[in-house]
Amino acid sequence: MNRIDKCFEQLKAEGRKALITFITAGDPDMDTTEKTALKMYDSGADMIELGVPFSDPVAEGVTIQKASLRSLSGGTNLTKIFACVQKIRAKTDKPLLLMMYINTIFRYGTDKFFAQCREYGIDGVIVPDTPYEERDEIADYAEKYGIVSVNLVAPTSHDRIKEIAANSKGFLYCVSSTGVTGVRQSYTTNFEEFFGLIKESCPCPYAVGFGISGPQQAKKMSSYCDGVIVGSAIVRIMEEKGKDSVESVGEFVRSLRTALDG
Amino acid sequence: MEKIGRFGEYGGQYVPETVMNAVHELEEAYEKYRNDPQFRAELAELYRTYAGRPSMLYYAEKMTKDLGGCRIYLKREDMNHTGAHKINNVLGQILLAKKMGKKRIIAETGAGQHGVATATACALMGLECCVYMGSTDVERQSLNVYRMRLLGSEVVAVDSGTATLKDAINEAFRDWTTNVETTFYCIGSVMGPHPYPMMVRDFQKIIGEEIRSQLQEREGKLPDCVIACVGGGSNAMGAFYDFIPHKSVRLIGAEAAGKGIDTEEHAATLAKGETGIFHGMKSVFLQDEFGQIAPVYSISAGLDYPGIGPEHAHLWKSGRAEYVGITDEEAVCAFEYLSRTEGIIPAIESSHAVAVALKIAPTMAKDQIMVINISGRGDKDVYSVARYRGVEVEN
Repeated sequence: MNRIDKCFEQLKAEGRKALITFITAGDPDMDTTEKTALKMYDSGADMIELGVPFSDPVAEGVTIQKASLRSLSGGTNLTKIFACVQKIRAKTDKPLLLMMYINTIFRYGTDKFFAQCREYGIDGVIVPDTPYEERDEIADYAEKYGIVSVNLVAPTSHDRIKEIAANSKGFLYCVSSTGVTGVRQSYTTNFEEFFGLIKESCPCPYAVGFGISGPQQAKKMSSYCDGVIVGSAIVRIMEEKGKDSVESVGEFVRSLRTALDG
Repeated sequence: MEKIGRFGEYGGQYVPETVMNAVHELEEAYEKYRNDPQFRAELAELYRTYAGRPSMLYYAEKMTKDLGGCRIYLKREDMNHTGAHKINNVLGQILLAKKMGKKRIIAETGAGQHGVATATACALMGLECCVYMGSTDVERQSLNVYRMRLLGSEVVAVDSGTATLKDAINEAFRDWTTNVETTFYCIGSVMGPHPYPMMVRDFQKIIGEEIRSQLQEREGKLPDCVIACVGGGSNAMGAFYDFIPHKSVRLIGAEAAGKGIDTEEHAATLAKGETGIFHGMKSVFLQDEFGQIAPVYSISAGLDYPGIGPEHAHLWKSGRAEYVGITDEEAVCAFEYLSRTEGIIPAIESSHAVAVALKIAPTMAKDQIMVINISGRGDKDVYSVARYRGVEVEN
């Protein structure tokens, strides 16, 4: 059984919500990524998404764009990220995912990429510029190596929500609102309606992301689903503190965990 | 499974989920209106009375004699309203946006021609307009920035990445993702997710259709060769499309080779690129071994793009069209040549096509016919060419 499925099963048994946290790999360097990831697990993160930096991240807001640049200017590439994944995997059995753009996978060689995901211990991938209709680009390769390819739905998915949700594995990534990644002051999405449609048709757990800024919002959003995804709010700490972020990120993740469990 | 919006292996719809429904909505609207007699009549009327179509097909007699080879015709897209072929596409898309009930238009621009055309059409049709432009381009095309503002458009300078066309597209995509429910993204070339490559080509194919009928009238036959410059590739796709089934017609695209394709500073996508997936499409892109999109360079802001439309990638892969790299120096020489020889100052983009003609016209027979698509006029480029030549003029 994939670690993602196992993790959600256990959380369900305990009546808890999943906390999924994001950092950009190699921001500001690989050593910090490894330490920060392990710290986040220790502080209550159930799963971690490592962002693979891309030169032109069209789905990202300014915070993650800047993190991608910091990482790339330090020479980050997929080979170095897999080496870091191997080190993290040696110390934890919790789910680890890559969030990345399709060109990175395609150029690396899709089969080789998923083979290495399996070899180094990646459990799932989230590819924001490959919508459901283009899933053939990766689906069979992911399946072949037992890697979850996470589907995304957005409030603007309208009548496609049901089909996308129904064909989800691992978990369904629910984009909270229109726009790119980044902290939001408030939402205008009708969550009852949005998550109502998802609940009807999704055979696996579903988690919400995009714009969750802190513990209170995380708690509130978790009432609609099985987990919350927090990215830019953590990357902002990385931006401010660089290599010295580990403790601060740990505290922030702890505060999210406490809120979710409270 | 039959995949939609593909040209061979290229094309597709690789966009974030948030805009996927908007892409579908556009597909449906375009399917509905593309053959709608009312829509076609309105667009034809705009082309005739507002854009100034048909554009002339001019026999370049002096150039023909000077080069001593084939008969050379110039398709004068530079004579269109706003000074380039861009208006053909923009009038089509903005009319469609209006039919779809959209209130706000966004666009990206490189040289500023597409931005000016979009701002113009929005002024005409009373729509809000916001144009994204790389800050490098804002600087080298400041007159076009002023022009867009004069037309009532907002112009947003984009500082991220290389601050050129690709970054303007990134930012336009981000805006679209945020404001998708009210906003229509008017893409300026035969690129992006389906249906854009097909739709933009359809709005531009009038160029090739006119070439064919005008030449039929003048010469009673098809051209032997059609040459156009390619960045994203919209004027070339427009000029080529009608001739694709006519295998006797040689189709040549001129790519920007900048300071030379063996240097790091060029935008010669097909010469040096690899297949990839970016900006909503599978096509050919300049990129590194890990798929990071490469910085590109050309003296021409309109050709300064690290990719090419998927239909061109297919024409290239299948061998139907050929693509030639033209350096800054060759383009500037062609810019000066056409100005001196025919009294026509071509856009620096179009000068890349003229440069190809200078090379191959002398090798062709006297009874053969070549058509060069002069996609835009060169007034906007006078300053940067002067600077290239080391001449001080006031911008």
